[in-house]
Amino acid sequence: MLLSIRSLSKSFPGTKALDAVDFELKAGEVHALLGENGAGKSTLIKCMTGAYRRDSGQILLDGQPVSPGTTSEAQELGIGTVYQEINLLPNLTVAQNLTFGREPRRFGMISSRAQRDMAREMLAGYGLDIDVGRDLGSYSVAVQQVIAIARAVSLSGKVLILDEPTASLDAAEVRMLFDILRDLRDRGLGIVFVSHFLDQVFDLCDRLTVLRNGCKIATEAIAETDRLKLIKHMLGRELDEATEEERRKTTAPHEERHEMLRFDRVGRPGTVAPFDLTVRRGEVIGLAGLLGSGRTESAELLFGVRAAQSGQAHDEAGPVDFSNPRAAIRAGFGFAPEDRKTDGIIADLSVRENIVLALQARRGWTHPVPRAEQNRLADDYIARLDIRTSDAEKAVGDLSGGNQQKVVLARWLAMNPRFLILDEPTRGIDIGAHAEILRLIHQMTAEGMALLVISSEFDELVAVSDRIIVLRDRRHAHALVGDEVTADAIVRAIATPDAAQTQTRGAA
Amino acid sequence: MRRTFTRVLPQLLTLAVLMALVTLFFPQFLAVDYQGGRLSGPVIDVLKRGAPVALLAVGMTLVIATRGIDLSVGTVMAITGAAAAWAIASGWGAGTAVLLALAAGLVCGLWNGCLVAVVGIQPIVATLILMTSGRGIAQLITEGRILTFNDPGFAWLGSGILAGLPVPVFIWILTAVAVAILMRRTALGLLVEAIGINRSASALAGVNARVLLIAVYMASGLCAALAGIIATADIRGADANNAGLWLELDAILAVVIGGNSLLGGRFSVAASVLGAMIIQTIDTGILLAGFPSEYNLVIKAGLVLIILVLQSPNLASEWYFLRRSLTQRREPKPVPSRVKE
Amino acid sequence: MLKTLMTSAAIMVCAAAATAQTVGFSQIGSESGWRAAETTLTRQQAEERGIDLKFSDAQQRQENQIAAIRSFVAQGVDAILLAPVVATGWDSVLEEAQEAEIPVVLLDRQVDAPDDLYLTAVGSDLVHEGEVAGQWLVEKVGDRECRIVELQGTTGSSPAIDRATGFRNAIEGHDNLEIVRSQTGDFTRTGGKEVMESFLQAESGNEICALYAHNDDMALGAIQAINEAGLNPGEDILIVSIDAVPDIFKAMAEGDANATVELTPNMAGPAFDALEAYWEDGTMPEKFIQTESTLYTQDDDPMAEYEARKDLGY
Ligand SMILES: Nc1ncnc2c1ncn2[C@@H]1O[C@H](COP(=O)(O)OP(=O)(O)OP(=O)(O)O)[C@@H](O)[C@H]1O
Ligand SMILES: [Mg+2]
Repeated sequence: MLLSIRSLSKSFPGTKALDAVDFELKAGEVHALLGENGAGKSTLIKCMTGAYRRDSGQILLDGQPVSPGTTSEAQELGIGTVYQEINLLPNLTVAQNLTFGREPRRFGMISSRAQRDMAREMLAGYGLDIDVGRDLGSYSVAVQQVIAIARAVSLSGKVLILDEPTASLDAAEVRMLFDILRDLRDRGLGIVFVSHFLDQVFDLCDRLTVLRNGCKIATEAIAETDRLKLIKHMLGRELDEATEEERRKTTAPHEERHEMLRFDRVGRPGTVAPFDLTVRRGEVIGLAGLLGSGRTESAELLFGVRAAQSGQAHDEAGPVDFSNPRAAIRAGFGFAPEDRKTDGIIADLSVRENIVLALQARRGWTHPVPRAEQNRLADDYIARLDIRTSDAEKAVGDLSGGNQQKVVLARWLAMNPRFLILDEPTRGIDIGAHAEILRLIHQMTAEGMALLVISSEFDELVAVSDRIIVLRDRRHAHALVGDEVTADAIVRAIATPDAAQTQTRGAA
Repeated sequence: MRRTFTRVLPQLLTLAVLMALVTLFFPQFLAVDYQGGRLSGPVIDVLKRGAPVALLAVGMTLVIATRGIDLSVGTVMAITGAAAAWAIASGWGAGTAVLLALAAGLVCGLWNGCLVAVVGIQPIVATLILMTSGRGIAQLITEGRILTFNDPGFAWLGSGILAGLPVPVFIWILTAVAVAILMRRTALGLLVEAIGINRSASALAGVNARVLLIAVYMASGLCAALAGIIATADIRGADANNAGLWLELDAILAVVIGGNSLLGGRFSVAASVLGAMIIQTIDTGILLAGFPSEYNLVIKAGLVLIILVLQSPNLASEWYFLRRSLTQRREPKPVPSRVKE
Repeated sequence: MLKTLMTSAAIMVCAAAATAQTVGFSQIGSESGWRAAETTLTRQQAEERGIDLKFSDAQQRQENQIAAIRSFVAQGVDAILLAPVVATGWDSVLEEAQEAEIPVVLLDRQVDAPDDLYLTAVGSDLVHEGEVAGQWLVEKVGDRECRIVELQGTTGSSPAIDRATGFRNAIEGHDNLEIVRSQTGDFTRTGGKEVMESFLQAESGNEICALYAHNDDMALGAIQAINEAGLNPGEDILIVSIDAVPDIFKAMAEGDANATVELTPNMAGPAFDALEAYWEDGTMPEKFIQTESTLYTQDDDPMAEYEARKDLGY
């Protein structure tokens, strides 16, 4: 056995995160670690790699007890890790991040040319065409994710641990990553793989271990299990698969719906070419495209995060100001951003405070939301979104990743906006909550709210969207409506250079 | 109320231990006399002498909560004091002098706030500008001399007695209470904490970070103005070179002793003013104990170091583990919720 | 004061006859009232003597002073007055002045450089100041028991050390005088007031017989503290300090302070005297010209002294 965990326990004030968990990793296997949000997956990984101190339990590497006290000690033991919340340094260059701690030296000095060469070499095979001399922070979450993986891979002599590495990657990148992982497995590495995408698990992994509420439920070979059994292990109940698979039933053909907002020629040079967008009551618009195609940038223009340099918006009442987030919020917009750690949660504030924050900001500081109302809102959304927390006063930063994502969603749902933009809303969310969120989306649109959903998961987009806009090269290149909305059509639209029906007029 | 109490408990304990320690060296430390309609005694001195740092700490707490720092407060004390003394020397009376000083403090805060929030300069650099150049402004006002005056009304703010206690004591306590209430009864406290923890996420949630930042620096300027008024009234003169000299550091220290993180976020005004009283107790204790003055700074640094080490979050988690491993054998009790430092 | 005025008037007549000399003055800055007065008096003295004074304010930086001296040398002035901000690092620039045959006179502070690099240094003897203050107190109290508290200057600064030493020299052998508390007030009014408050607490006011403050500002702060404690400064507690700034004369006129020892800001007077003699016939002055440490008490018409000083920029 390459790595064995024996009876590992870990408590946080108010929570027993891991309760005598056993875990075994063989050399030459990819081992999936599965469980709901807050089941304890990330905590187990952090305890294994010295990021957290375990309360009790034993870790054996090659049969020898080890006890890494810090992540760098774990690295020296040959354990490379990508944590769920990327822990690279955004204000260092990509090359510096990749070579951190083992910089190539010449005459005792760090040679930045050799550093860049080394970095390029490490990134070769990931299909990433970036300037390694630029600051890491200037790249998207997905790119950062790939860089974190590349770094961990190069550090892992024996064990590679990946905590939701695919959450922000698109299909092509996932395929590429899996090729690399299979290759590493064949070379005898043990790989731990955390994901909420069961398809990926079945595709890649050899065995799996399921955690629930901090306890180990089962370890099985992939060949001997199936999806339903697995979900039952994870949730402790059966999931109504119908909900998950349900294709959205359009109540009315989309042309007949009441027009709510119209954006004309909104754009910003170097960000997104000017585009038009009509938003109707109760509809869900999907934005699809590859990484860097301008999806997130489009959303940011619409919410005023980046000021649009051209274009305006109208509703029935007249022009709408969306030049900055505050104006957009006043106009009834909402925006749950892609990068929850830097743009979403306020880590040290409680779940309650995070949920009421936007509402409070809109009311102004002189009209505090009464504490009773705050508690009611918090408890309501904790129940509705099944946010796993010991109580509403727990700091959001101490929640599991998926539960943090739910808190950000709750913040905007509490605002009851008329136009809500969700950038990767289900990133890192478990299968049960995923279904729950899709149901919520249905419910909200039934009440008239319009949604703009960005997702790398085409199946999810197809499941929720009335129509889909496909972006290519920072242009709104293609629109799919009604029956055209299928995953295949999206893939085709992304691939074909210029399909007939273009939504943008004369975009440069 | 109970939450506030548990929050400031470490500071209260520290203060109590310190007072006991000072009493060891100076037995009459806790003695309070009442004569001629006023209370007097070392403790009253601590309350009065601590007023400037306590006031600065109130403003500094807010600034630090937004992940900033205001190095200019000592200088702002000098500027506002000079402005007040100038107003009195020009025969404008105490009321005008106070208003002028407060206005000067607000303007200084506005300047800092704009540099930080609008121009986008890092707070430490932005406020350093006023810290270094501001004394020049104060000297221009006083024409380089100690501008003295004799206005009983204004002097009362520094050395007057109200209900047996020195007036400055009322000024700082009222300011601290007013700010604490303003922060906690309105949503300001939450919004300030939010921008301190994650400014970009707060802005996306619609928090007006820019205006809040400016407001916070203006509040700090206002507190510095009050401190400047007290310092000037106390010696009946504006000393542009020495008024508030290095007090910004004491104010920052008070905030830190108050358990507020320099990384912004959660803050407690009450804990900060207790921090100021802790510092003043050390200062007064050293004076009363009668050590040679060469030891002043060493003793102060040593005590502060001990306090900060005892309060450090690392140690707190060590204690948590220690307690847990000691109690583990026994019946597992519900774990107490963590006190946020 | 009158005497100085008269001599300078006399010299003015002579100087007017000679061609006007140019003197460069590199001043430290204007960090205290005393220094502002020194600048004012230097300008006054130069004007009275018909000397063309080139003034440079270094704003507390040695680089600025060195630059100023170089520029004086380049302009070919007839002499340079230098109030050095620090003691070290002057050798090379003083050599440059020497090569240009420009005499340099140090004002108020000394430098660590061979003394042939400058003509002379004008300054006061800090130890002596302390001695004058101590002697006054010894005579004032006679045989009475006297418990003294001392407000020291900034810890470690040379005025604080020397003024403490001088005072102790003077009271040595008078066993009825005893320094019971000594603490730094950082040369500031606030410091003086705060520390005096603690002295009054610690020693219970009426057992203190005298206060010795290393400068007038601290004494002025202490006077307020004594007043606020309900005691009578100048009577219940004797007050002697050093510097002779205008405000202390006001306090003396009001009976709140008893004595002060002058640290004259007129360093330029003796400096110009020495320079004029040197220009005249090459007379080399002593390497150190000590200014007088005059003692002023309530009997010296403090109000007149106040009036004479109040416009000097203190
Ligand atoms: N630093 C912390 N302080 C307090 N509680 C914590 C902390 N970190 C995690 N927890 C709690 O431990 C439990 C397990 O969290 P963990 O992050 O391991 O979940 P996870 O399985 O990785 O979930 P996800 O799929 O959402 O990432 C959660 O209830 C979480 O609230
Ligand atoms: Mg996790």
